[in-house]
Amino acid sequence: MEADVTISLNKGVADPEGSNVKKALNLLGFDEVMNVRTMKTFRIDLATTDRVKAKKDVEEMCKKLLANPVIQSYQIELR
Amino acid sequence: MDTKYIKVAVLLIEGTNNEQEVYLAFKRLGADPELLHLKQLISKKDLSDYQCLMIPGGFSAGDYVRAGAIFAARLKSALRKQLMEFAEKGYPIGGICNGFQVLVELGLLPALDSRMSDYPQASLAINDSARFECRPTLLKHESKGNCIFTKDIPYQEVVLMPSAHAEGKFLFPLEKQDEYLQRLIDNDQVVFRYVDTQGNYADYPWNPNGSLYNIAAICNPEGNVFGMMPHPERVFYRYTHPDWTRVYKENGDGKAVFESVLGYIRRKF
Repeated sequence: MEADVTISLNKGVADPEGSNVKKALNLLGFDEVMNVRTMKTFRIDLATTDRVKAKKDVEEMCKKLLANPVIQSYQIELR
Repeated sequence: MDTKYIKVAVLLIEGTNNEQEVYLAFKRLGADPELLHLKQLISKKDLSDYQCLMIPGGFSAGDYVRAGAIFAARLKSALRKQLMEFAEKGYPIGGICNGFQVLVELGLLPALDSRMSDYPQASLAINDSARFECRPTLLKHESKGNCIFTKDIPYQEVVLMPSAHAEGKFLFPLEKQDEYLQRLIDNDQVVFRYVDTQGNYADYPWNPNGSLYNIAAICNPEGNVFGMMPHPERVFYRYTHPDWTRVYKENGDGKAVFESVLGYIRRKF
Protein backbone atom coordinates (compact mmCIF):
# COMPACT_ATOMS: atom_id res chain seq x y z
CA MET A 1 0.00 0.00 0.00
CA GLU A 2 1.13 3.52 -0.70
CA ALA A 3 0.52 6.57 1.41
CA ASP A 4 0.88 10.13 0.22
CA VAL A 5 1.72 12.48 3.06
CA THR A 6 1.45 16.15 2.22
CA ILE A 7 3.04 18.61 4.58
CA SER A 8 1.86 22.20 4.31
CA LEU A 9 2.52 25.35 6.28
CA ASN A 10 -0.22 26.46 8.65
CA LYS A 11 -2.33 29.44 7.72
CA GLY A 12 -0.60 32.67 8.67
CA VAL A 13 2.92 31.20 8.61
CA ALA A 14 5.13 33.01 6.12
CA ASP A 15 6.13 30.99 3.07
CA PRO A 16 9.19 32.74 1.60
CA GLU A 17 9.63 30.20 -1.19
CA GLY A 18 5.98 30.56 -2.19
CA SER A 19 6.19 34.37 -2.21
CA ASN A 20 9.32 34.29 -4.35
CA VAL A 21 7.68 31.94 -6.85
CA LYS A 22 4.61 34.18 -6.96
CA LYS A 23 6.83 37.18 -7.72
CA ALA A 24 8.63 35.27 -10.47
CA LEU A 25 5.36 34.12 -12.05
CA ASN A 26 4.03 37.68 -12.00
CA LEU A 27 7.25 38.86 -13.67
CA LEU A 28 6.79 36.20 -16.36
CA GLY A 29 3.48 37.82 -17.19
CA PHE A 30 1.10 35.59 -15.22
CA ASP A 31 -0.72 38.54 -13.72
CA GLU A 32 -3.59 36.45 -12.46
CA VAL A 33 -1.36 34.61 -9.90
CA MET A 34 -2.54 35.98 -6.56
CA ASN A 35 -0.75 33.72 -4.12
CA VAL A 36 1.55 30.67 -4.12
CA ARG A 37 2.00 28.26 -1.22
CA THR A 38 4.54 25.45 -1.26
CA MET A 39 3.82 21.93 -0.01
CA LYS A 40 5.87 18.81 0.22
CA THR A 41 4.63 15.31 -0.47
CA PHE A 42 6.22 12.10 0.73
CA ARG A 43 5.06 8.95 -1.08
CA ILE A 44 5.56 6.14 1.40
CA ASP A 45 5.50 2.51 0.32
CA LEU A 46 4.17 0.29 3.12
CA ALA A 47 4.43 -3.49 3.43
CA THR A 48 0.84 -3.88 4.61
CA THR A 49 -2.68 -4.03 3.22
CA ASP A 50 -4.36 -3.13 6.49
CA ARG A 51 -5.70 0.38 5.91
CA VAL A 52 -6.46 1.10 9.56
CA LYS A 53 -2.99 0.10 10.68
CA ALA A 54 -1.41 1.99 7.79
CA LYS A 55 -3.27 5.18 8.67
CA LYS A 56 -2.25 4.88 12.32
CA ASP A 57 1.41 4.21 11.47
CA VAL A 58 1.63 7.09 9.02
CA GLU A 59 0.08 9.45 11.55
CA GLU A 60 2.74 8.38 14.02
CA MET A 61 5.41 9.07 11.38
CA CYS A 62 4.03 12.57 10.91
CA LYS A 63 4.14 13.26 14.64
CA LYS A 64 7.59 11.77 15.15
CA LEU A 65 9.36 13.22 12.16
CA LEU A 66 7.56 14.49 9.11
CA ALA A 67 5.71 17.54 10.48
CA ASN A 68 6.44 20.16 13.11
CA PRO A 69 2.98 21.05 14.50
CA VAL A 70 4.18 24.55 15.39
CA ILE A 71 4.17 25.65 11.75
CA GLN A 72 3.01 22.66 9.71
CA SER A 73 -0.02 20.43 9.22
CA TYR A 74 -0.26 17.13 7.37
CA GLN A 75 -2.72 15.34 5.17
CA ILE A 76 -2.63 11.59 4.61
CA GLU A 77 -4.00 9.91 1.53
CA LEU A 78 -3.89 6.10 1.25
CA ARG A 79 -3.70 4.77 -2.28
CA MET B 1 36.07 19.18 39.33
CA ASP B 2 39.26 20.01 37.54
CA THR B 3 38.99 21.24 33.93
CA LYS B 4 41.14 18.47 32.53
CA TYR B 5 38.68 15.84 33.78
CA ILE B 6 35.63 17.47 32.21
CA LYS B 7 34.45 15.15 29.44
CA VAL B 8 32.52 16.83 26.66
CA ALA B 9 30.63 14.72 24.12
CA VAL B 10 30.56 16.44 20.73
CA LEU B 11 27.79 14.54 19.01
CA LEU B 12 27.50 14.10 15.27
CA ILE B 13 25.73 12.17 12.56
CA GLU B 14 26.25 12.16 8.80
CA GLY B 15 26.21 15.74 7.55
CA THR B 16 27.41 17.41 10.74
CA ASN B 17 30.37 19.60 9.75
CA ASN B 18 31.24 21.98 12.60
CA GLU B 19 32.38 19.37 15.06
CA GLN B 20 36.11 20.12 14.78
CA GLU B 21 35.79 23.76 15.83
CA VAL B 22 33.60 22.89 18.80
CA TYR B 23 35.97 20.07 19.76
CA LEU B 24 38.96 22.42 19.49
CA ALA B 25 37.30 25.17 21.52
CA PHE B 26 37.02 22.81 24.50
CA LYS B 27 40.44 21.29 23.86
CA ARG B 28 42.13 24.70 23.81
CA LEU B 29 40.58 25.51 27.18
CA GLY B 30 42.04 22.34 28.69
CA ALA B 31 38.94 20.14 28.84
CA ASP B 32 38.62 16.59 27.51
CA PRO B 33 36.29 16.65 24.51
CA GLU B 34 35.46 13.63 22.38
CA LEU B 35 33.92 13.39 18.92
CA LEU B 36 31.11 10.87 19.08
CA HIS B 37 28.89 9.54 16.34
CA LEU B 38 25.30 8.99 17.46
CA LYS B 39 25.71 5.27 16.72
CA GLN B 40 28.68 5.09 19.10
CA LEU B 41 26.74 6.87 21.80
CA ILE B 42 23.83 4.46 21.40
CA SER B 43 25.77 1.21 21.25
CA LYS B 44 29.15 1.62 22.91
CA LYS B 45 29.14 4.67 25.18
CA ASP B 46 27.11 5.95 28.07
CA LEU B 47 25.94 9.55 28.19
CA SER B 48 26.30 9.58 31.98
CA ASP B 49 30.10 9.32 31.59
CA TYR B 50 30.14 12.87 30.23
CA GLN B 51 29.60 16.20 31.92
CA CYS B 52 28.55 18.15 28.84
CA LEU B 53 26.78 17.35 25.58
CA MET B 54 27.31 19.54 22.54
CA ILE B 55 25.47 19.28 19.23
CA PRO B 56 27.45 21.20 16.62
CA GLY B 57 26.33 22.79 13.39
CA GLY B 58 26.16 21.43 9.90
CA PHE B 59 23.59 19.84 7.67
CA SER B 60 22.70 16.70 9.57
CA ALA B 61 21.03 14.10 7.34
CA GLY B 62 21.17 16.62 4.50
CA ASP B 63 18.69 18.97 6.23
CA TYR B 64 15.97 16.80 4.71
CA VAL B 65 12.41 16.94 6.06
CA ARG B 66 13.36 19.97 8.21
CA ALA B 67 16.77 21.02 9.47
CA GLY B 68 17.65 18.91 12.49
CA ALA B 69 14.44 16.85 12.39
CA ILE B 70 16.04 13.52 11.47
CA PHE B 71 18.89 13.92 13.99
CA ALA B 72 16.35 14.79 16.69
CA ALA B 73 14.01 11.90 15.85
CA ARG B 74 16.87 9.38 15.96
CA LEU B 75 18.25 10.81 19.19
CA LYS B 76 14.83 10.82 20.81
CA SER B 77 13.91 7.28 19.83
CA ALA B 78 17.16 5.85 21.20
CA LEU B 79 18.17 8.06 24.12
CA ARG B 80 15.08 9.89 25.34
CA LYS B 81 15.40 8.69 28.94
CA GLN B 82 19.14 9.28 29.14
CA LEU B 83 18.77 12.80 27.75
CA MET B 84 16.07 13.64 30.29
CA GLU B 85 18.21 12.37 33.16
CA PHE B 86 21.25 14.23 31.88
CA ALA B 87 19.30 17.49 31.74
CA GLU B 88 17.62 16.89 35.09
CA LYS B 89 20.97 16.43 36.83
CA GLY B 90 21.90 19.91 35.64
CA TYR B 91 24.52 18.87 33.11
CA PRO B 92 24.84 21.35 30.24
CA ILE B 93 23.46 20.56 26.79
CA GLY B 94 24.41 23.01 24.06
CA GLY B 95 23.33 23.25 20.45
CA ILE B 96 24.86 25.55 17.88
CA CYS B 97 23.14 26.32 14.56
CA ASN B 98 21.94 22.90 13.39
CA GLY B 99 22.34 21.79 17.01
CA PHE B 100 19.85 24.48 18.09
CA GLN B 101 17.42 23.16 15.50
CA VAL B 102 17.91 19.65 16.89
CA LEU B 103 17.24 20.77 20.49
CA VAL B 104 14.04 22.58 19.44
CA GLU B 105 12.84 19.55 17.46
CA LEU B 106 13.68 17.33 20.46
CA GLY B 107 11.53 19.45 22.75
CA LEU B 108 14.47 20.22 25.06
CA LEU B 109 14.05 23.87 24.07
CA PRO B 110 12.17 26.04 24.95
CA ALA B 111 10.76 23.37 27.35
CA LEU B 112 8.19 25.77 28.78
CA ASP B 113 6.03 23.11 30.42
CA SER B 114 8.39 20.24 31.16
CA ARG B 115 12.05 19.30 30.81
CA MET B 116 11.38 17.83 27.41
CA SER B 117 8.10 18.35 25.59
CA ASP B 118 6.65 15.43 23.60
CA TYR B 119 6.27 17.61 20.52
CA PRO B 120 8.19 20.72 19.50
CA GLN B 121 6.92 23.93 21.11
CA ALA B 122 8.77 26.18 18.70
CA SER B 123 10.23 26.05 15.24
CA LEU B 124 13.27 27.33 13.39
CA ALA B 125 11.64 28.03 10.07
CA ILE B 126 13.03 29.05 6.69
CA ASN B 127 14.59 32.55 6.68
CA ASP B 128 12.34 35.35 5.46
CA SER B 129 14.78 35.93 2.60
CA ALA B 130 14.33 32.28 1.51
CA ARG B 131 18.14 32.16 1.26
CA PHE B 132 21.13 30.86 3.13
CA GLU B 133 22.30 33.89 5.15
CA CYS B 134 26.02 33.85 5.89
CA ARG B 135 27.65 36.87 7.52
CA PRO B 136 28.81 38.30 10.85
CA THR B 137 25.89 39.17 13.13
CA LEU B 138 25.75 41.39 16.20
CA LEU B 139 24.07 40.00 19.29
CA LYS B 140 23.00 41.66 22.50
CA HIS B 141 23.33 39.51 25.59
CA GLU B 142 19.94 39.49 27.31
CA SER B 143 20.32 36.77 29.94
CA LYS B 144 20.16 38.21 33.45
CA GLY B 145 22.17 35.31 34.82
CA ASN B 146 20.00 32.26 34.19
CA CYS B 147 21.92 30.84 31.22
CA ILE B 148 25.02 28.91 32.27
CA PHE B 149 26.56 29.16 28.79
CA THR B 150 26.88 32.95 28.93
CA LYS B 151 27.62 33.63 32.60
CA ASP B 152 30.96 35.26 31.73
CA ILE B 153 29.39 37.72 29.28
CA PRO B 154 28.12 40.98 30.88
CA TYR B 155 24.39 41.72 30.65
CA GLN B 156 23.51 43.84 27.60
CA GLU B 157 26.98 43.48 26.07
CA VAL B 158 26.99 43.39 22.27
CA VAL B 159 29.09 40.60 20.78
CA LEU B 160 29.89 39.61 17.22
CA MET B 161 29.39 36.04 16.04
CA PRO B 162 28.92 34.79 12.50
CA SER B 163 25.62 33.37 11.31
CA ALA B 164 25.35 30.80 8.55
CA HIS B 165 21.94 29.22 8.11
CA ALA B 166 18.89 28.92 5.88
CA GLU B 167 16.45 27.91 8.62
CA GLY B 168 16.87 30.15 11.64
CA LYS B 169 13.62 32.04 12.01
CA PHE B 170 12.50 31.35 15.57
CA LEU B 171 8.72 30.99 15.73
CA PHE B 172 6.04 29.96 18.19
CA PRO B 173 2.63 28.62 17.17
CA LEU B 174 0.75 31.72 15.98
CA GLU B 175 -2.17 31.31 18.37
CA LYS B 176 0.15 31.03 21.37
CA GLN B 177 2.86 33.41 20.23
CA ASP B 178 2.24 36.24 22.72
CA GLU B 179 1.75 33.94 25.70
CA TYR B 180 4.83 31.82 24.97
CA LEU B 181 7.03 34.82 24.28
CA GLN B 182 5.99 36.46 27.55
CA ARG B 183 6.80 33.27 29.44
CA LEU B 184 10.17 33.06 27.69
CA ILE B 185 10.96 36.61 28.79
CA ASP B 186 9.64 36.12 32.33
CA ASN B 187 11.69 32.94 32.76
CA ASP B 188 14.88 34.74 31.63
CA GLN B 189 15.20 32.33 28.70
CA VAL B 190 16.06 34.84 25.99
CA VAL B 191 19.85 34.80 25.76
CA PHE B 192 20.88 36.69 22.62
CA ARG B 193 18.94 39.04 20.31
CA TYR B 194 20.08 40.40 16.95
CA VAL B 195 20.96 44.12 17.01
CA ASP B 196 22.53 46.74 14.71
CA THR B 197 25.81 48.60 15.33
CA GLN B 198 24.03 51.02 17.69
CA GLY B 199 22.68 48.15 19.78
CA ASN B 200 19.08 48.64 18.56
CA TYR B 201 16.85 45.67 17.80
CA ALA B 202 16.78 45.99 14.04
CA ASP B 203 15.23 44.20 11.09
CA TYR B 204 16.93 42.56 8.13
CA PRO B 205 19.84 42.47 7.42
CA TRP B 206 20.79 42.79 11.11
CA ASN B 207 18.25 40.14 11.95
CA PRO B 208 19.28 37.68 9.23
CA ASN B 209 16.21 35.44 9.34
CA GLY B 210 13.19 37.43 10.54
CA SER B 211 13.17 35.76 13.97
CA LEU B 212 10.38 36.61 16.40
CA TYR B 213 11.58 39.23 18.92
CA ASN B 214 14.99 39.16 17.14
CA ILE B 215 15.77 35.92 19.00
CA ALA B 216 19.18 34.42 18.21
CA ALA B 217 19.61 32.19 21.27
CA ILE B 218 17.50 30.80 24.09
CA CYS B 219 17.94 28.49 27.06
CA ASN B 220 15.52 26.32 29.05
CA PRO B 221 13.93 27.63 32.26
CA GLU B 222 16.71 26.02 34.34
CA GLY B 223 19.43 27.56 32.14
CA ASN B 224 21.41 24.37 31.46
CA VAL B 225 20.09 23.64 27.95
CA PHE B 226 21.11 26.28 25.46
CA GLY B 227 20.76 26.75 21.73
CA MET B 228 21.95 29.49 19.42
CA MET B 229 21.93 30.05 15.66
CA PRO B 230 25.22 32.03 15.30
CA HIS B 231 28.58 30.30 15.72
CA PRO B 232 30.64 31.13 18.83
CA GLU B 233 33.25 28.50 17.91
CA ARG B 234 34.16 30.47 14.78
CA VAL B 235 35.25 33.49 16.79
CA PHE B 236 37.35 31.78 19.43
CA TYR B 237 40.44 33.90 18.69
CA ARG B 238 40.44 37.66 18.17
CA TYR B 239 41.97 37.27 14.71
CA THR B 240 39.01 35.30 13.42
CA HIS B 241 36.89 38.43 13.85
CA PRO B 242 36.35 40.15 10.47
CA ASP B 243 37.51 43.52 11.86
CA TRP B 244 40.38 42.26 14.00
CA THR B 245 42.99 44.58 12.41
CA ARG B 246 40.87 47.64 13.23
CA VAL B 247 39.24 46.75 16.55
CA TYR B 248 41.41 45.41 19.33
CA LYS B 249 39.93 42.67 21.48
CA GLU B 250 41.79 40.45 23.86
CA ASN B 251 39.81 37.34 22.91
CA GLY B 252 37.35 36.27 20.30
CA ASP B 253 33.78 36.92 21.41
CA GLY B 254 32.85 33.25 21.23
CA LYS B 255 35.47 32.07 23.69
CA ALA B 256 33.41 33.25 26.67
CA VAL B 257 30.62 30.79 25.81
CA PHE B 258 32.94 27.81 26.22
CA GLU B 259 34.67 29.31 29.27
CA SER B 260 31.29 29.94 30.91
CA VAL B 261 30.09 26.38 30.58
CA LEU B 262 33.41 24.91 31.76
CA GLY B 263 33.36 27.30 34.73
CA TYR B 264 29.87 26.10 35.63
CA ILE B 265 30.88 22.43 35.51
CA ARG B 266 34.02 23.15 37.58
CA ARG B 267 31.95 24.83 40.29
CA LYS B 268 29.01 22.46 40.34
CA PHE B 269 30.41 18.95 39.86
